Amino acid sequence: MKDPAPAQLAEPFPWPRYPFDPPELYAWLRRERPVTRVHLRNGQPVWLVTRYDDVRAILADPRASADLSKEGFPQFGFRPAGAHERPFLRMDPPEHTVFRRLLAKSFLAKRMQAMRPRIQQLADDTIDAMLAAPDRTADLVTSLALPVPSTVLSWILGVPAEDRDFFNEETQHLLNRENTGDPGAQERALRAGKSLRVYLTGLLEARESRAEAGEDILGMLVTASRDGSITRQDAVNTAMVLIVAGHDTTANMVAVGTLLLLHHPDQMAVLRAEPELMPQAVEEMLRFLTVVHLVVLRVATEDIEIGSMVIPAGEGIVPLNFSANRDDAHYPDADCFDVRRSCRDHVAFGYGVHQCLGQPLARVELEVVFGTLLRRLPELRLAVPFEDIPFKLFSQINGVSALPVTW
Amino acid sequence: MRVTVDRDRCVASGQCAVIAPAVFDQGEEDGLVVVLDHAPSPEQKPELEEAAFVCPARAIALE
Ligand code: HEM
Ligand code: SF4
Repeated sequence: MKDPAPAQLAEPFPWPRYPFDPPELYAWLRRERPVTRVHLRNGQPVWLVTRYDDVRAILADPRASADLSKEGFPQFGFRPAGAHERPFLRMDPPEHTVFRRLLAKSFLAKRMQAMRPRIQQLADDTIDAMLAAPDRTADLVTSLALPVPSTVLSWILGVPAEDRDFFNEETQHLLNRENTGDPGAQERALRAGKSLRVYLTGLLEARESRAEAGEDILGMLVTASRDGSITRQDAVNTAMVLIVAGHDTTANMVAVGTLLLLHHPDQMAVLRAEPELMPQAVEEMLRFLTVVHLVVLRVATEDIEIGSMVIPAGEGIVPLNFSANRDDAHYPDADCFDVRRSCRDHVAFGYGVHQCLGQPLARVELEVVFGTLLRRLPELRLAVPFEDIPFKLFSQINGVSALPVTW
Repeated sequence: MRVTVDRDRCVASGQCAVIAPAVFDQGEEDGLVVVLDHAPSPEQKPELEEAAFVCPARAIALE
């Protein structure tokens, strides 16, 4: 017998989620209507794709375009702050391929792994500063989750050390836009976006006047704009999209990942006893939390037949990676968080040509940060009741806006 | 076993090189997949199958 459609299905998408879990409706959809048409708050119709196999099929399908300038692309009302121009994340091949190939060298898995000792030192220094708090409490978001990824970004981009405080501060404001409903914060975020663009433009100009552009990302962008493969504007947009894509994502993963471990003391104990499980535990945390949830968006450029449905050309698609990662048909007991699970095939980094470029870096950062926290803070615990944690239940990226901890 | 890759499809995710480092590497300049061992031993089958399944570009074929 079929369950009747839950009333929530008629409500505008996105639906509220839970601290660690997707809306319950996703499970119903996977079972009863795996590909279904719903409406966004602005009335726009979009197709939700909920099963693991279907989500991967859509993300590998060249007819599912990532080009946000195409009619029908899902409009959630919030554009990534700072990315005023269309970043390559929102382009299709062959336009997209130019940027992807250009940046690939800077994100080589081996190169990212070679950064591990430096990232370890950064994590240790950042935690030292946090532990200096006389009352043995701190907000893990501002004292660890935000500064580590922004400092690493400043290294790989090639931001001079003396500008690092400015860079960290501005990137934090930039990302604050949807964390609070506060219009002051929104306004500050806009200003941060502008000031970072001006700053990056200045850095790129300074590099252009040098004979050797340099081996870091800004250097690569200067070389590419010199030889005409991209424009100066492209270079600034690309640096901005790296800041937006690499910071909030990793920061939220650090904060909610820590909270998830604190919420599952048994799993945390397993990891403390067997630290060699960390790489696979990070994959499981990525899968289970799928923090980058409503960012993976597409539009059909032709009719796409999927299951028993046809997504018509010109309509938006939301391939729900959070739902795919909780699909019992692919991951037995998918709603159970289990650090011993092996799940490198999750879609928390997306799939297809846009699969996260920064994933080898994100993995190193997460392994180092969680490993160091567990090792150095055996008494780590929440400083407030779980119910008082400010979860961001409606933002495009799942996370918490503060995480008061004590040790 | 035989391993073939389609470098035109590869998007330099680096996943194969991490999962099966004895068989796959990434080009230093372009990040694209490089096959180190075209005819790996059958013991490597599990890693190779995982790499082929995980590859976001469906660029790896096993025979
Ligand atoms: C835990 C951390 C992270 C998560 C969960 C994550 C997730 C994602 C996802 C889901 C996508 C695909 C979007 C789509 O298909 O539309 C993506 C793309 C991207 N990510 Fe990440 N990301 C993380 C960290 C990073 C870092 C550290 C960087 C860089 C420093 C980065 C740079 C990018 C870029 C440039 C893209 C666009 C790739 C393209 O369009 O070809 N990400 N990320
Ligand atoms: S996993 Fe696929 S896309 Fe990634 S480097 Fe290997 S072949 Fe290329």
